[in-house]
Amino acid sequence: MNELMRNLLWLPPQASTLAPKIDNLHYFVITVTMAASILTGVLAFVFFFKYRERHAGQSTPIVLPSVKFEIAVIGVPLFFFLLWFVQGFQDYIWYTTPPKNTMDVYVMGKKWMWKFSYAGGGPNAIGTLHVPANRPVRLLMTSRDVLHSFYVPDFRVKQDVVPGRYTETWFEATMPGRYQIMCAEYCGTWHSQMWGEVVVMPGPEFDAWMVEQKAGLAERVDTAGDDGGDMRGSIVEYGKKIAMTEGCVRCHSLDGQPHIGPTWLDLYQRRETLESGEAVIADEAYLTDSMIDPRGKVVKGFKPIMPTYKGRLAAPEAAALVEFIKSLRSTSLENLPSKEATYDPAKPTQRR
Amino acid sequence: MTQQSQPSADSPAVYPAVNYLNADRGVKSWLLTLDHKRIGIMYFASVLVMFLVGGIFAMAVRLELLTPGPTIMGANTYNRMFTLHGIVMIFLFMIPAIPGVFGNFCMPLMLGAKDVAFPRLNLLSLYLYWTGAILAISAIIFGGIDTGWTFYPPYSTTTPMTAFPALVGIFILGFSSIVTGLNFIVTIHTLRAPGMTWMRMQLFVWAIYATSIIQVLATPVIGLTVMLAGIEKVAGFGLFDSAKGGDPVLFQHFFWFYSHPAVYIMVLPSMGVVSDAIAAVARKNVFGYQMIAYSSLGIAFVGFFAWGHHMFVSGQSPFDNGAFAVISMFVGVFTAIKVFNWVGTLYRGAIAINAMFVYICGFLFFVVFGGMTGIAVATISLDIHWHDTYFVVAHFHFIMVGAVIMGFLIAIHYWFPKMFGRMYHEGWAMVSASFIVLGFIATFIPQFLVGNAGMPRRYYMYPERFQAMNVASTAGSSLLAFGFIIIAIYLIYALVRGEIAGDNPWKSMGVEWQTTSPPDKHNFAKPVVITKDPHSYQKPGEEVEHVVI
Repeated sequence: MNELMRNLLWLPPQASTLAPKIDNLHYFVITVTMAASILTGVLAFVFFFKYRERHAGQSTPIVLPSVKFEIAVIGVPLFFFLLWFVQGFQDYIWYTTPPKNTMDVYVMGKKWMWKFSYAGGGPNAIGTLHVPANRPVRLLMTSRDVLHSFYVPDFRVKQDVVPGRYTETWFEATMPGRYQIMCAEYCGTWHSQMWGEVVVMPGPEFDAWMVEQKAGLAERVDTAGDDGGDMRGSIVEYGKKIAMTEGCVRCHSLDGQPHIGPTWLDLYQRRETLESGEAVIADEAYLTDSMIDPRGKVVKGFKPIMPTYKGRLAAPEAAALVEFIKSLRSTSLENLPSKEATYDPAKPTQRR
Repeated sequence: MTQQSQPSADSPAVYPAVNYLNADRGVKSWLLTLDHKRIGIMYFASVLVMFLVGGIFAMAVRLELLTPGPTIMGANTYNRMFTLHGIVMIFLFMIPAIPGVFGNFCMPLMLGAKDVAFPRLNLLSLYLYWTGAILAISAIIFGGIDTGWTFYPPYSTTTPMTAFPALVGIFILGFSSIVTGLNFIVTIHTLRAPGMTWMRMQLFVWAIYATSIIQVLATPVIGLTVMLAGIEKVAGFGLFDSAKGGDPVLFQHFFWFYSHPAVYIMVLPSMGVVSDAIAAVARKNVFGYQMIAYSSLGIAFVGFFAWGHHMFVSGQSPFDNGAFAVISMFVGVFTAIKVFNWVGTLYRGAIAINAMFVYICGFLFFVVFGGMTGIAVATISLDIHWHDTYFVVAHFHFIMVGAVIMGFLIAIHYWFPKMFGRMYHEGWAMVSASFIVLGFIATFIPQFLVGNAGMPRRYYMYPERFQAMNVASTAGSSLLAFGFIIIAIYLIYALVRGEIAGDNPWKSMGVEWQTTSPPDKHNFAKPVVITKDPHSYQKPGEEVEHVVI
């Protein structure tokens, strides 16, 4: 049944865990839609044959709807529409809630190519994304120039890629193979050629591939990050280099020591209370926002003194910094909120 | 006396010697006219030119897509073509089409009024339309705009092209739309003839009323939005461009806050045309009159809160997506009510077979399929796959072409004898109607399928697996074009040599038919008093059967 419907509707192969969910609802919705519209057309036709004009000036009865009829014409469509909404929203929430154990890949769209950087050390790539089958993969995406949209029809996955912020999507590929990536948001002359490929490999094969790639990294100069100079080594190493050269570590400690800014150790996914009393989880979006607009969401107890890095950090550099922060994990099980700053340059009396 | 209120069936058709077309002569008498009918005719000529222009661009796009690689033009030319097609068809054709032409021509007649409330404002709106149209088209052609009709930043504000004059053009067109809407609202409130209660108004008037409300409330937002985009482009303020500290998604909210209700600016008048024409074709009272009237207002209201369903994959929060999705479902319910009532109107009628009826059958199928695929794309999870693919393109063409243009064609065929006092050839009209309905199906059903297969929209080149469906779609579009050419030929012929139609060739009960065709300059020879429901097809004093279903 699934294969029949899929072929009738020209749907591509179902190569992710999301695809069958979307397709099943698709079959239901489209079948009812076809039935309703054909029924309407046929009914108009039948009425024409049954009630066509027999002689000129023929008079017709006054037909009025009963209350029962009115309730039916409102109730029946509303029932179907809400049913679809509930199912669709449920599937959508499932899709927007990635599992905890995802493999993270940074994606950057630029006119007219896709760039990929593996979190936790790994190669950079243009156009081709290697992923393991049957493991969830999360994509953290941003754009260097205009809007793009990351679309893999075989996975039924699509997410706009927006400059100046991170959007995320995830998928779990189910079948090894090669799947086309297309840009779905108009982005200029060669929008229609902004293609890439997801190469899905069986798990062990992918692990072997990753080891091989990492081994090769040491000798190779990777130029995928052309926005911030050469990208040497893994993305974490690159992030560390930026943290040193941009002066991040002058205020942020890496080992949990209190300093001018919150420490980076265990910062990722830490729950911080802001000056406003609001709480945030320090995820990729918060970390990036704080580089670009540092005074927007200041952690309680710290001074809004960090300068903005807008224009100083290119998207891949920001991503690398985030990855570097993510790599700084202590063994402690709990991420406690930051302690108050012990050093405050704004108040000279406190100087030690 | 040039007219009689109830022509008998067997009196020979008479063309009134003096009517609005020949009462005054000379170019100046047209350009400076305050007559709503003449303004309507000038709108008619203008939007037809725009439809031709937009249609030529559409055919260029379809031809280019015959093959996966470059076919007849380069990538940049193609991108300009679909941009031109979108802007011309939406802002210059569909938004002004039915309100500008038939709203102007028929609505005051339907109220039993002499003119609209503000005739000078009416003429101003036509001049604003012309100014905006000339500015927008010349800017697009000379500035080489290739942003698509949606103007999404930062692409639209960072690429080196001159979007500014086009944005000013759209700003001015917006004023034309607001002025027309305001004028119509005041007219409907104040100029109804004695006896024309709200619940006796023809459904076309109700539809125009609902449309005008949207025009007045929503259009200022697009005006402001294009101005802000223009200011960003010219003065470099960071409003929407993230590199300057702006937010590109904010633009999308502003844009769709207008452009989603704008769908109803386009489709509601067309639904009004069908509600009126279907009663005349079936010679029957409109089934569920109040439900149709109120559902127009319902669509106008709910339509304001559904814009976010255009942004399900933009990065908008899941909660917002859910809220916008459930609100969108209610638009579908209001449309479903209308469809049930149209079909109910045919039940136990005395249906005449003519081109109008062919279009009505097509319209009913298209509006149900187009509407329900709208519900389908508003179902959030499904939209993840369909968003920005040809499925969406096919869906909105089902509404824009399948509903709006079918409605426009029904209006032309229904009111052509009213406007010009002459009749077109019914046989040819039915032939072309069949071409258009079939051509439409052949053009857009393959687009649904190629969208399912994953072809994104605005694609100049595409993978080879999509070619079969694109060829089918292009073939269908040439059938459509052929149908329109036939229409143009028989209508032009009818204009010059057509048979005299007589005052009321459809024996319609609509108030606009109670005067001569074409009407006198002042519409009615004596003041109109409405004594019965203009949708009721019973003879005076006749024993009428009442049926409740």
